[in-house]
Amino acid sequence: MIDILMDKFLTIGLEHFLILSGTLFFIGLFAVLAKKNVIAVLMGIEIMFTSVNINLVAFNKYTAAEALLTGHVFAIFVIALAAAEVAVGLALIISIYRQRTSTDVQDFDWLKW
Amino acid sequence: MFDFALNNAWLIPLFPALAFGIITLFTKKMTKLSVSISIGTILLSFVLSVIIGIGVIGQGDTFLEHPYKAVVTWFSMPGFSIEVGTLIDNVSVMMLLVVTFITSLVQIYSLGYMHGDPGLARFYAYVSLFAASMLGLVIAPNLLIMFVFWELVGLCSYLLIGFWFGKISASAAAKKAFITCRAGDFGLLLGIILLQINFGTLDLQQLSVMIPNFTQYTGLTAAGLTAIAIILFLGPMAKSGQFPFHVWLPDAMEGPTPVSALIHAATMVVAGVYLVGRILTLFITLPSALLFVAIIGAFTALFAATIAITQTEMKKILAYSTISQLGYMMLALGAASLTASMFHLMTHAFFKALLFLGAGCVLHAMHNEASIWKYGGLKKYMPVTYWTFLIGCLAIAGIFPFAGFFSKDLILEVTFAASSLSGHAQGPFPVAYTVLFLMAALTAFLTAFYMFRMFFICFHGELRSKEVQPQEAPKVMTVPLIILGIFSIISGWVGWPGLGEGQAFGYFVRLGEFQVMEANWLLIILSTLLALLGIGLAALFYWKKTFSAQAVIERVPFLYKLSYNKYYIDEFYLWIIHHIIDKCGWLLWKFDIYVVDGIVNGFGKMAQWGGTVMRKVQTGQLQHYALIFFMGIVLMFLLLSFTGVHSPAIGLMGGAK
Amino acid sequence: MNFPVLTTILLLPLLGAIISIFVPKEKSSIIKGIAGITTFIPLVLTIWIYFLYYTQHMATGGYAFTESIPWVKDLGITYGLGVDGFSLPLVLLTSVIGFCAVYSRSWSVETRAKEFYILLLILITGVMGTFLATDLFIFFLFYEVVIIPIYLMVIIWGSGSKTRKDIGKEYAGMKLTIYLLIGSAFLLAGLIWMYMLAGEMLGALTFDLATLATLNFAPNLQIAIFGLMALGFLSLISMFPFHSWSPDGYAGAPTAVSMIHAGVLKKIGGYGLIRIGIFLFPVGAKFWAPVIAVLAIGNVVYTALISLAQKDMKYVVGYSSVSHMGFVLIGIASLSLVGLNGAVANMFGHGIMAALFFSVIGYIYGITKTRYIPDLGGLAHQMPRLAGAFLVAAMASAGLPGLLTFVPEVTIFIGAFGSPITRIPAFIVLTGIVIGAVYVLRMAANVLFGPRKEQWDYVEDIKGFSLLPIAVLVAFAVIFGLFPSLLMDMVNSGIQPIAAKLLAAGSQIGGSL
Repeated sequence: MIDILMDKFLTIGLEHFLILSGTLFFIGLFAVLAKKNVIAVLMGIEIMFTSVNINLVAFNKYTAAEALLTGHVFAIFVIALAAAEVAVGLALIISIYRQRTSTDVQDFDWLKW
Repeated sequence: MFDFALNNAWLIPLFPALAFGIITLFTKKMTKLSVSISIGTILLSFVLSVIIGIGVIGQGDTFLEHPYKAVVTWFSMPGFSIEVGTLIDNVSVMMLLVVTFITSLVQIYSLGYMHGDPGLARFYAYVSLFAASMLGLVIAPNLLIMFVFWELVGLCSYLLIGFWFGKISASAAAKKAFITCRAGDFGLLLGIILLQINFGTLDLQQLSVMIPNFTQYTGLTAAGLTAIAIILFLGPMAKSGQFPFHVWLPDAMEGPTPVSALIHAATMVVAGVYLVGRILTLFITLPSALLFVAIIGAFTALFAATIAITQTEMKKILAYSTISQLGYMMLALGAASLTASMFHLMTHAFFKALLFLGAGCVLHAMHNEASIWKYGGLKKYMPVTYWTFLIGCLAIAGIFPFAGFFSKDLILEVTFAASSLSGHAQGPFPVAYTVLFLMAALTAFLTAFYMFRMFFICFHGELRSKEVQPQEAPKVMTVPLIILGIFSIISGWVGWPGLGEGQAFGYFVRLGEFQVMEANWLLIILSTLLALLGIGLAALFYWKKTFSAQAVIERVPFLYKLSYNKYYIDEFYLWIIHHIIDKCGWLLWKFDIYVVDGIVNGFGKMAQWGGTVMRKVQTGQLQHYALIFFMGIVLMFLLLSFTGVHSPAIGLMGGAK
Repeated sequence: MNFPVLTTILLLPLLGAIISIFVPKEKSSIIKGIAGITTFIPLVLTIWIYFLYYTQHMATGGYAFTESIPWVKDLGITYGLGVDGFSLPLVLLTSVIGFCAVYSRSWSVETRAKEFYILLLILITGVMGTFLATDLFIFFLFYEVVIIPIYLMVIIWGSGSKTRKDIGKEYAGMKLTIYLLIGSAFLLAGLIWMYMLAGEMLGALTFDLATLATLNFAPNLQIAIFGLMALGFLSLISMFPFHSWSPDGYAGAPTAVSMIHAGVLKKIGGYGLIRIGIFLFPVGAKFWAPVIAVLAIGNVVYTALISLAQKDMKYVVGYSSVSHMGFVLIGIASLSLVGLNGAVANMFGHGIMAALFFSVIGYIYGITKTRYIPDLGGLAHQMPRLAGAFLVAAMASAGLPGLLTFVPEVTIFIGAFGSPITRIPAFIVLTGIVIGAVYVLRMAANVLFGPRKEQWDYVEDIKGFSLLPIAVLVAFAVIFGLFPSLLMDMVNSGIQPIAAKLLAAGSQIGGSL
């Protein structure tokens, strides 16, 4: 019994990666939905990206054929994309901050009705 | 010559119609030319009619049995086909003669009466169209074509009554005439449609064969056909000014006087009588319908006469006398006698045209002063008018040997024959006809009274108006009067009792077998006595002033007021129109705006309200959107996991492969 | 026939619109010239093919001058044009009224003249297309094309009314547009349903009317689809209680639009109802006919009474045109050859009459700047020619014989009284001819007659270009009135196949239709 448990904990498998990425994803999601500061929201998005990347790489490692690196390549694409996105996001935030002197996402509501 | 005229009978209405077209399109600015065209064409029509008339009289029996008919298809489709053309039989020939003759005279007279009117060309154009419509109606071979011309006659009366359109009263009278006739046309059109549906044809000749044996051709009961006949009769009632549609006729006096003469004598009002005469077979087949016609006729005759005795305008009195005389004609038709009706129509046309044109001369001389109480002693100022007018009055009163005597006597005679008084009455309603006969006799007395009341007030005594110096009318006006005066004397003699085949009016114009009329001396004496009594009474009241009319009025003020105000029928109709129909329209309009449109706008409002509510969802909060976005994904995931990919829920979202 | 005459008729106005785009907007006379020419040539061509069809094809019936180019083969859409005895009178009507609308009082439109004529030409093309199409997709396409220009024209060039100060031209234009779009949505639903069904039955998708007409849809489906389509068509023909867009719209619209709308556009409703509704779904038509017949009473009597209460000339004619459509509806509801003939002929007759009426009123409005009846009066003194035209229109509205509305109306009533469905409604509807005479004559009396008013002494009688449309319309009214077989024979040849289909459907379901 103990052996099996130890085996499960100590042998790293797909489940561990999925648990990690799921946790990260919800941390990120929480940040996106609940943080007031827009920088923190952006960071939450980045965390969600990271969790997805972990997923991609993990699935590639455990389910795809040896020679295929699709998941890894995809993850690199996502990282590049995330970098670009952060650049645009931060630029927007700075621009908005200059106008409104606020980084509170709840103040950014002038697109409503 | 005769055959040529017969084959080209369609030209008779076409000539005046062409005149109308030419004048309105081209020569309106050239008054003299327009007038010549108009008079020229009506004279051409008159000549053609005379040629046909002489030919028909010469042919005698053969033409009676084989009327001339030539038609072409106007339009047709399976189940409904209408032919246009000419149906020349003895009745229509008589009408052609009367209409063209009277119209020609009236047109010539108008040269004098309308002299200097700026709209003279327009006037002649309308009169030409009027004549064309009436002539077209006379020779129309089927009911729908008759209806076409019938409506055109109505249009022309509208245009002519409203000729002086600057006067509000004229335009109102024109409108009233058209709309009243329209109300009757509702019935006429309905009747025509029902006849077409049941018999499959509107051709007059075919109908006159089919109707007596209607059970063979249709599934109609006698009651059903009676209903159709009575509905159809509404049209002639309106056109011929029968009660309760008579209201337009007195107002029609707003038109120029020659127009009144035309309307009353030859064209408009007799159209109703003529139409009933054309389909008299329908009524003769149905005794109840026939009785209805007779009752309407007799009642109208008496009713109008009671109004006429208190009126104070010459043309109004003449108008009511026309209504009364038309009632006589209807009564004759109701007694199943085409002969009597058409005979009276003809004589009446002559003497009524004479009376109206005479009244026109008087009005002309009195500078359109309407009230007869301003006249008086005109005898010495205008002798020609005086004598011809006297002839007209004697004729309408029914004094031997003037035309009205013969025709009125014939009507009394046929009514008498249908009543129980004659001892051997034909038909199922002898008692009713007895009452009608007595009404007709009373009307004869009243007619003589009111005509001579007017006559004595106008032409005898002293001139009451101080402003005008009356003068005799010019020759162009008096010559037609004299011609009409002559005809008002001699035209009755064709109905001399005892004339045989090939001579008597009743031989040429009849429905059914010809019977030589025997003089009923009792009736002749009675009617003459009644007429003389009326004249004598009028003379005592208004000439010799033995009695005072004022005293009689004071004795029965209520009756006087009732008669003077025409039994308040106009007021009643106006009240209905203004307080019921107009109010109804106004209410419906508000209903349309607030209820019908309200519902439509309500839908719009609902959409707007929905938008107002729904837009609250759009908070602008980034995080709300993100949350909803995420929840949506969760929902889809759950759906997929619980229901599988082929569920309807998935199908709703686009489906899965 | 190699020369594509129908395409020429259809697309010339559109070509005119396209050319006008490239003309500078200051040169409004050039634009007017283009509009005039590109509507005049179709008029001449239409009269020519009317004559050709009347003399050559009428005896055999069926489509003539057909053109067919496959467009989207997979969906069975074909650019198909053709005319038969049913559509040709309406095509003629469109040509005449299009021509007259261009030349009417709109000739003096100066503000944004370029846009006005471009939209007008597009509008004419759209209306023409619906009548020429033999393919239902093309039909619907043009049907939709029609609605949008009208919205713009009403809100830009329209005018408000003195009697309805609470609503403006924007409201009128919006209501008209939305109403017709909603109606066309129902129509589209019906069309697509039928299209899918027919696709299943035939094994191939098609919008071709002639092919669709060979099918016998199941009775229940016929009832449902006819109901959907009828909702679209009947709101276009302004059946009570879906009429309220019509008076407001006509009152708000500029003269040219009122003429085209009341004259022809409305007739698309009747045309579609007969051509598509009754022709394809006779059983459905039989089911709905009593409803239409009863609502037709609402049209004729109700709106005629409302007309009595109107003080604005355009509202009088607007409500009267709703009233007249009641006659058409009762003819359609009779489902008999005679009644349908009358209904189609009356659509033609009313088209000419309404266009004449609106152009006369438009002229009066243009010159006096008022349509309010109590303001006017005695205009016959200043404008005798116009008064004549006004009277012709009024008399045609009252159904006077000798003008072109009489024979169709009588034919409708013969058909309606002959059919058991419509016998009793027809009796009530017949009272409309009396009320109809009352309101037009009252208007004529109050506008034209009465004492001369000096305030209108500056008013000039109609002449020159403005006289042209009125003269043309009066000529049509009189010619078709005196020789009704020119119209009735034509219509009859077009309605025969539809009546035959009704008869066949009647024997199929074992009852008489």
